Amino acid sequence: MLFVDIRKQFRTAGSPPFHLDVRETFAPGFTVLFGPSGAGKSTLLDCISGLLRPDAGVIKFNDEYFFNAARRFSLPAQMRRIAYVFQSLALFPHLSVEENVAYGLSAFPSPERQERVERILPAFHIEALRRRKPGELSGGEKQRVALARSLVTQPQLLLLDEPLTGLDAALRQAILQDLRAWNAAERIPILYVTHNREEVDAIGERVVALVNGRVQESGAPRAVLDAPRSVALAQAAGFENFLDGHVVEQRPADGVMRVVLASANCELEIPLGTVPPGAAVQVAIRAGDILLATEAPRALSARNVLPGTLDALEPRGSLVVAQVTAGARFIVHLTPGAVRSLQLVPGLRVWLVLKTHSCHVVLP
Amino acid sequence: MNLDALLLSFRLAAVVSAILLMLALPLAYWLAFTHWRGKFLLESVVALPLVLPPTVLGFYALIALGPRGPLGRLWQFLFGHTLAFTFAGLVIASLVYSLPFAVQPLIASFESLDRRLLDASSILGASRLRTFFRIIVPLSWPGLITAVVLSFAHTLGEFGVVLMVGGNLPGITRTVSIDIYDRVQALDFAAANHTALLLLGISFIVLAVVYGMNRRVWSPWLAK
Repeated sequence: MLFVDIRKQFRTAGSPPFHLDVRETFAPGFTVLFGPSGAGKSTLLDCISGLLRPDAGVIKFNDEYFFNAARRFSLPAQMRRIAYVFQSLALFPHLSVEENVAYGLSAFPSPERQERVERILPAFHIEALRRRKPGELSGGEKQRVALARSLVTQPQLLLLDEPLTGLDAALRQAILQDLRAWNAAERIPILYVTHNREEVDAIGERVVALVNGRVQESGAPRAVLDAPRSVALAQAAGFENFLDGHVVEQRPADGVMRVVLASANCELEIPLGTVPPGAAVQVAIRAGDILLATEAPRALSARNVLPGTLDALEPRGSLVVAQVTAGARFIVHLTPGAVRSLQLVPGLRVWLVLKTHSCHVVLP
Repeated sequence: MNLDALLLSFRLAAVVSAILLMLALPLAYWLAFTHWRGKFLLESVVALPLVLPPTVLGFYALIALGPRGPLGRLWQFLFGHTLAFTFAGLVIASLVYSLPFAVQPLIASFESLDRRLLDASSILGASRLRTFFRIIVPLSWPGLITAVVLSFAHTLGEFGVVLMVGGNLPGITRTVSIDIYDRVQALDFAAANHTALLLLGISFIVLAVVYGMNRRVWSPWLAK
């Protein structure tokens, strides 16, 4: 169990100071650190690993202090028994795969060192690469070597800073599978930084959302990322539509409140919140949560039906991005099949259908 | 061509660049990685020989190494003679004179290292010393070679400092550049030209090696 309660301030010329202020407990198993870039995720890992020294607070692992500002104590990074895989991986370019993997084992006698290397190489499918230099490896192979180099030391804590960025989904899944298999035996806390929604879903355990140096929310991925409470987090979680408006009425009996959008005289019903009438709010809606109809829909459970005009269609991979003006500008995700069967063309009159619970109030 | 002078110069340059490498490695490491605010002061001191006229440097070296100077007195106490006009004195003065040529390339190459490699080494449990010898030095070898080659070449060609500190004692302090000067004074232009041409050739080869090195043309671990 890792307990972190730290504060650190950074001053850079020409920009406002950045404050990291985190209090959080990390249990064995995966915890995803999620947040927009610049939220302080890597800085937090640097503090936990001992590469950076916080200004104040404590970092405690089980009963051992890594850092205690009150006692002016900081355990050197070399002695924390942490494995840390950087985003850049930082493989030593002049050493072979085998030498890289054995690098952290210098404290062990030679036979044990050899044995551990022999055990980890096949576990990460890099046995055949042992004589190669990092410059001769593919992206996925480098990532496997970096993981093996870290895990062979049998750390008591694992920090992963976007270790699988840039890999295709299948390879990412395969490496995550190896990692999960490894941790089934070890059961140590793993802090996994990513801002990739797919990776969060693939790992699927607890998510801690960091925004502007602070923990904003934590919990199950669905709770944190499907209903984010801040604009920054909603953007990081992949929300496409942000609408300005203000609350006109709360209807506790119906479990909703009415919001008038600022851009037009157009109303939305959204889940009841604590925002008082008259207050300005921002409503975030996923492009994939919006339905599009070419005739006025009737007899629907969805409370929000907005008439509008289809402005543009743009194919993007396996989906089509539609721009619709319906009071405000909306981005809607459709399948190519839907575009064909509805015979959608720009200029067409359309209706947008939004479920109440697809609308999330977010704070600036 | 005066072979004695040439051999003496090579001996001096070899001794000086070997000692300089040992001095410059820790100094450059410290200058490259310290967060001390006053480090610019030390940087200025290290770079001073670059801008100082060699005669000025030689003058102060002579004073320091002479029988009344601190270093001279210490040396006399230890070995029974002063440093001025000796090979050892020449070595000490040359160390100062060529220091920036050893330190600057090392600083440049240490600073260009990816800091995350050093972080990774620490995280993997390596001490600073181990990180230095296993990661920093092997990845800085073009800088290391540049440092050695430049301090060798610079010492080989020095004139003002040698003249001030060493004088012109054949076989002891008469280096190759002083020899050229002597030949010219004696109007023996042919002999001067032989030696000068040799130095010109050596200097060119040295610089070609250094520039080639800095493009990393021989770097063995680049991806093919």
